[in-house]
Amino acid sequence: MLDGIVFTSFSEFLQMGRYAFHVWTVYILFTIFVVVNLTLPGIQRRQFIREQKRRAQRDTQTRTSENSTASSTENTGSTGAPGESV
Amino acid sequence: MWLWFSKLGSPKWFYELSGKWLPWLVAFMVVTMTIGLIWALLFVPEDYQQSFTNRIFYVHVPVASISLAVFPLMAVAGAITLVWKMKLADMVAKCAAPIGVWFTGVALATGAIWGEPMWGTWWVWDARLTSMLLQFFLLIGVVALRSAIESPDAAARACALLSIVGAINVPIIKYSVEWWNTLHQPPTPLSMDAESANGPEIWVPLLIMIAAVYCFFVISLILSTRNEILQRERRSQWVMDIVAAERV
Repeated sequence: MLDGIVFTSFSEFLQMGRYAFHVWTVYILFTIFVVVNLTLPGIQRRQFIREQKRRAQRDTQTRTSENSTASSTENTGSTGAPGESV
Repeated sequence: MWLWFSKLGSPKWFYELSGKWLPWLVAFMVVTMTIGLIWALLFVPEDYQQSFTNRIFYVHVPVASISLAVFPLMAVAGAITLVWKMKLADMVAKCAAPIGVWFTGVALATGAIWGEPMWGTWWVWDARLTSMLLQFFLLIGVVALRSAIESPDAAARACALLSIVGAINVPIIKYSVEWWNTLHQPPTPLSMDAESANGPEIWVPLLIMIAAVYCFFVISLILSTRNEILQRERRSQWVMDIVAAERV
């Protein structure tokens, strides 16, 4: 199987018959293209999840503080430090 | 059939199903791309005219041919959006546009890098190259149009229309090499004869690379569509559950 390789040495492989610049630029470009398009959605997804978690937390906090203001006006002891019931 | 169709249109259903497909698609892509790249770089014989620049063929042709699938896909999704107002179709169309910009851009760049040693020039206003450049700008236009219109529904309709119109360019790209006899060569007929210059040792690795790059396109489209689904459905309970369950 390995004797099907058309190059006799590693340096010959790197040189690509004096077209090293062209061939390797294309393959590097292709690698960047593949890697970026497969990793970017993962980063965006994590960003989204983090943002949503923060929003959910903020919502619970506002709800808790609203409840505590409501309950303190009713003159029952205020219970809710914000975020306590997260 | 209609039940299946309406189910397919449900973002949640798509999200769950694509989650099951993804590992298989990734495995298929890794295997085919590894085999294809090793075969193309190490085993394909030197071309008597092009020397080892024939390695570029195995990246340029798959990327360029798949870039031609983007506009038809967006046009079909756009038509579904216009007729049935299916939310999922619009999400797919929205996510396909930037990926198409990438594919077309890489096809143009790798073509230029190949053209320089073979044609002696990076760029010519040849029919194939020009129509491909037009596709590049049309796709950028779709992306820009989407971000320029504030109302999501209006943006979806405008992009759907532009995609359907833009898809007219695809057959022009495809047949440009046959209609106008300019610099870019027409497709080479494949030969089953092992002795031929275009024998299986040349095109089998090409088919493997096309399968790999197709798979890569589908994976990146699924990944960004899933993000788009989460974003648009963020107020629904099932997305909140996913957010709560996930650790970041």
